[in-house]
Amino acid sequence: MATGIPPTPTPETAPFWDAAKEDRLLIQRCRACSRHYFYPRPFCPHCASADVEWDEVSGEGRLMSYVINYRPVPPIDAGAAQIIALVELDEGVRLLTNIVDAAPEPDALPLDAPVRVAFEPRGDFKLPVFRLVDAQ
Amino acid sequence: MHQGNIAVVGAAETGEIGVVPGASMIQLHAEAARRALADAGLGPADIDGMATAGPMPMEVSHYLGISPRWLDGTMVGGCSFMLHVRHAAAAIAAGAADTVLITHGESGRSRIGMSRYEGLAGDSASGQFEVPYGSLMPYSTFTVPALRFLHERGMSRTDLAEVVVAQREWAMPNPRAFRRKPITVEEVLSSSPPVAYPFTRDMCCVVTDGGGALVLTSAERAADLPTADRAVYLLGSGEAGESPIMSQMADLGSFGAFRRSSAEAFATAGVDHADIDHLMCYDAFAHLPLYMLEDLGFVGRGESGAFIASGATRPGGELPMNTNGGGLSYTHTGMYGMFAIQEAIRQLRGEAAAQVQGAELSLVQGVGLYFAAAGSLVLSNRRP
Repeated sequence: MATGIPPTPTPETAPFWDAAKEDRLLIQRCRACSRHYFYPRPFCPHCASADVEWDEVSGEGRLMSYVINYRPVPPIDAGAAQIIALVELDEGVRLLTNIVDAAPEPDALPLDAPVRVAFEPRGDFKLPVFRLVDAQ
Repeated sequence: MHQGNIAVVGAAETGEIGVVPGASMIQLHAEAARRALADAGLGPADIDGMATAGPMPMEVSHYLGISPRWLDGTMVGGCSFMLHVRHAAAAIAAGAADTVLITHGESGRSRIGMSRYEGLAGDSASGQFEVPYGSLMPYSTFTVPALRFLHERGMSRTDLAEVVVAQREWAMPNPRAFRRKPITVEEVLSSSPPVAYPFTRDMCCVVTDGGGALVLTSAERAADLPTADRAVYLLGSGEAGESPIMSQMADLGSFGAFRRSSAEAFATAGVDHADIDHLMCYDAFAHLPLYMLEDLGFVGRGESGAFIASGATRPGGELPMNTNGGGLSYTHTGMYGMFAIQEAIRQLRGEAAAQVQGAELSLVQGVGLYFAAAGSLVLSNRRP
């Protein structure tokens, strides 16, 4: 998992990636309509307000969907199956991520299973990834 | 919006399709264009509008010796050509162009003369929030919501396999189809090498080279062309956009852009589901026809799998679907939408390899850049 393509932050997304380096998951929240949203933008896509803030969230969520990718392409390790998943945080936003420390087997990956964020090094950055709570 | 006032007067694919290492991307555009012009009985000098996706429209028009007064470079992935047809119809109706050429060519397999895919730039939304997780190939991106769709409906991988089996029946008699061998549900489920669970190899589209082109003009001008009796009329159309990155589609089990683009196509055509004789559902992967049958309203929620398993979409069924074999068996250069339109036109002209007898009304549903965009066309061989 340490191998792969690192992100290239832009000014609008830098707080997300800076926080991830400190093992913190920051998601934007709109002060006007109180809703969280993702991906990062300096205004709310729900109500268009620019009165938004970064919120440090718990990183708790559930497994919504996934594929077990048997054909990763370099620089990701092509020899190991990879779980590419969609996780919905308790705050209601959805992230694409990897499920780590779980067997790449359908029986080990029940949909709706609770998951929790973890952080894995990637180049100069850290990627938010997730573990199954029951496996922890 | 269209009411049959716009006609497709020329339509053709490249002579060779599948593995074509002797042609670059731009030459695949050009060969398809020259064949479509010949089909229409027209030449480059007759064209004043140019639309394409991938290369800029000027790259194709200049290569062909055309000086267009109207350009459309709309690039929303594989359904771009549905949008080009819709935009060209509006331009012709407004007098901004008289006769429009729409081209596609892609060396998807041989990769000759192909430019780099810019969507993977590291600082794009996908580059930051999807690609680092390995979600950078179609089979590891477009496929990710499928388990949720199946889970919510109590469906299974068998429903994905049934899509492949149904469409293979259409491909078997088609000499231009890439995959033609008979196949069973069990063989689809165990086909190897493994790709991305729940998807096996045969649930993923073929990867090919090829091209296609269309010539559109007004129904009045079409009546004066030598091919007037083969004209296909545009009755209605729709287009819609959603999230540029798959993970942010609003509902993992239903695509809003399918619902909106098809609803507008039905409404503008003034037809209902029961009127449709023939359906093309862009199938880069086997889950897409399941989404489309439900999102377009041909079946209710959760009924798509049983509908396909019943044989309804196979030869002789009540709703013949993906009758060239689809992206799963016929061809898929990267942007398949042009080939879906071409098959609808062949069916309406009565010239398909596996002909649906008496087909008069066809709906073509496209999807683009994973779950980012959609385009829908309602076509007929009769002008209302």
